Amino acid sequence: MTDVLAVTDHRRGELRDVSYEIITAGRQLADETGGDLHLAVVSGTVNEFAEELNREGVDAIHTVDHGKEFNHDVYTQAITQLYDELAPQYVLAPNSVNGLDYAPAVATELELPIVTDTIDLETDGDTLIATREMYGGKVETTNELEGSAVVTIRGAEWPAAEGTGDASIETFDATIDEDAIGSTVNGFEEVGGGDVDISEADVLVSVGRGIEEEENLPIIEELADALDATVSSSRPIVDNGWLPKNRQVGQSGKVVTPDVYIAIGISGAVQHVAGMKGSDTIVAINTDPNAPIMDIADYAIVDDLFDVVPALTEEFQ
Amino acid sequence: MRVLVTAKEVLTVEDKFEVEETTIADQYLNRDLNEWDSYAVEEAVQLQEAGIVDEVVAVTIGPEECEETIRQVLAKGADRAVRIWDDSLEDVDLLDVGAKTEILSAVIEEEDPDLVLTGVQAGDDSFGATGVSVAEEIGYQWGAVVNHLEHDLEDAASVRRELEGGVEELTDIELPAVLTIQTGINEPRYASLRGIRQAQRKELDVKALADLDVDESVIESELELTDMYEPESESDVTTWEGSPEETAAELGDLLRDKGVAP
Repeated sequence: MTDVLAVTDHRRGELRDVSYEIITAGRQLADETGGDLHLAVVSGTVNEFAEELNREGVDAIHTVDHGKEFNHDVYTQAITQLYDELAPQYVLAPNSVNGLDYAPAVATELELPIVTDTIDLETDGDTLIATREMYGGKVETTNELEGSAVVTIRGAEWPAAEGTGDASIETFDATIDEDAIGSTVNGFEEVGGGDVDISEADVLVSVGRGIEEEENLPIIEELADALDATVSSSRPIVDNGWLPKNRQVGQSGKVVTPDVYIAIGISGAVQHVAGMKGSDTIVAINTDPNAPIMDIADYAIVDDLFDVVPALTEEFQ
Repeated sequence: MRVLVTAKEVLTVEDKFEVEETTIADQYLNRDLNEWDSYAVEEAVQLQEAGIVDEVVAVTIGPEECEETIRQVLAKGADRAVRIWDDSLEDVDLLDVGAKTEILSAVIEEEDPDLVLTGVQAGDDSFGATGVSVAEEIGYQWGAVVNHLEHDLEDAASVRRELEGGVEELTDIELPAVLTIQTGINEPRYASLRGIRQAQRKELDVKALADLDVDESVIESELELTDMYEPESESDVTTWEGSPEETAAELGDLLRDKGVAP
């Protein structure tokens, strides 16, 4: 039997979407050999979270009522203790920023292997077959490991669990060693409010690494002017300081849903796609016909942006 | 105060490539300093320039061919480097998090730094787990996905962690600590000519696993890479063909049809 312990994610009083997706992933693994799915809910308003997480397929929900917000030491201690108590085959955690802040520590503490950012999983009870990407998404790989493991799952790869469940909700009395807590969260800050809210724009002209140099940005701005659109970007443009943080579309930036999203010189890394896939119509301008952005684009021009963008600007002038 | 920074030479893949069993054919691969590590190196050098840190030590796991990349790190300002390699690592397809943790932890125990900076992840294998795993192994504190570090380190590091959705967490982390560094935290410098000349004279120590008292068995990865393939495209994209003027006209028509262009 393959019992699974899946750890949920929340922030500032709200469960994050991956908490429902990890139920689906965990249920699938447990089903493959007839095991149980246990959820862990650590810190915050655990009882409210537990009620919300009681969806179809969950066998038991273990709440650890300690602290308001995420602290990796509390998570690490609580989850290793839950593992010792429940002896599951697999510990699943989200491949979120916080997941990556405790899951590797849990694996090390328990002397288990860890496989991160998985996009598909299967098991026969002894062997886990995990699918993950390498080289920035250019290839997929399958990886096998025997025995017990800590596994992190990528968000939005499994559908969110639905329906109402009949899980038992149990308080887990973890022994948290306060002296071992070496970090203190002092608060949160929203970044990049600024002058423009790209999440409000109807048309986004979005620029990526393909623009090559900051000196080339004006051709994008001219197109945006001609279209009365707003300029946004992928992460490298903001990392380089060419545009402010409030223009960044993606997992760590803004989620946008414009009528038209024109992705110029953007390859379409998964973190970027997470922020713009809800756009009504997606147009990609890119020299690489195999760039991941083509998988979600509705229309594409496979050509040099330095030729196409000025031609398009001219269309509207 | 001593900072240890991990610097990995990663493989990057050209747009078009071929897979041979569980690797990408060599002619489609290039070698470069891991992008995330280049930000970690810059942060370490800035701490040294601010007078907070006395010594920056770069550490890598890699064969002799990666020394050019490590010299780049020395040219950017690291004081010395340690390269770990072993014949037993020669044929390893995938060095997993556990193996890297054992090897890097042995170096850290020997060097005894106050702060360890690593990239959030490596651009090739993308695990994103080694820094936190190492911290737990050696009993350091840690912070993952740091995109700001206050340069007045004493007993603690004040950092910002970049959460999803444009939210940052402000956190104090006791030292010694491992921080995994996110891109965008700074602007990595290019090595100056003077730096490149100086780098040739800097110490680059090479160590085998036995020198670190690490047993060869650690590299027997528990994770076995069994297949590699190009992901199937799920694309149903309409691709416009023609000259830039023609394709721009197609896109122009679409935008006018949608009522979003003049």
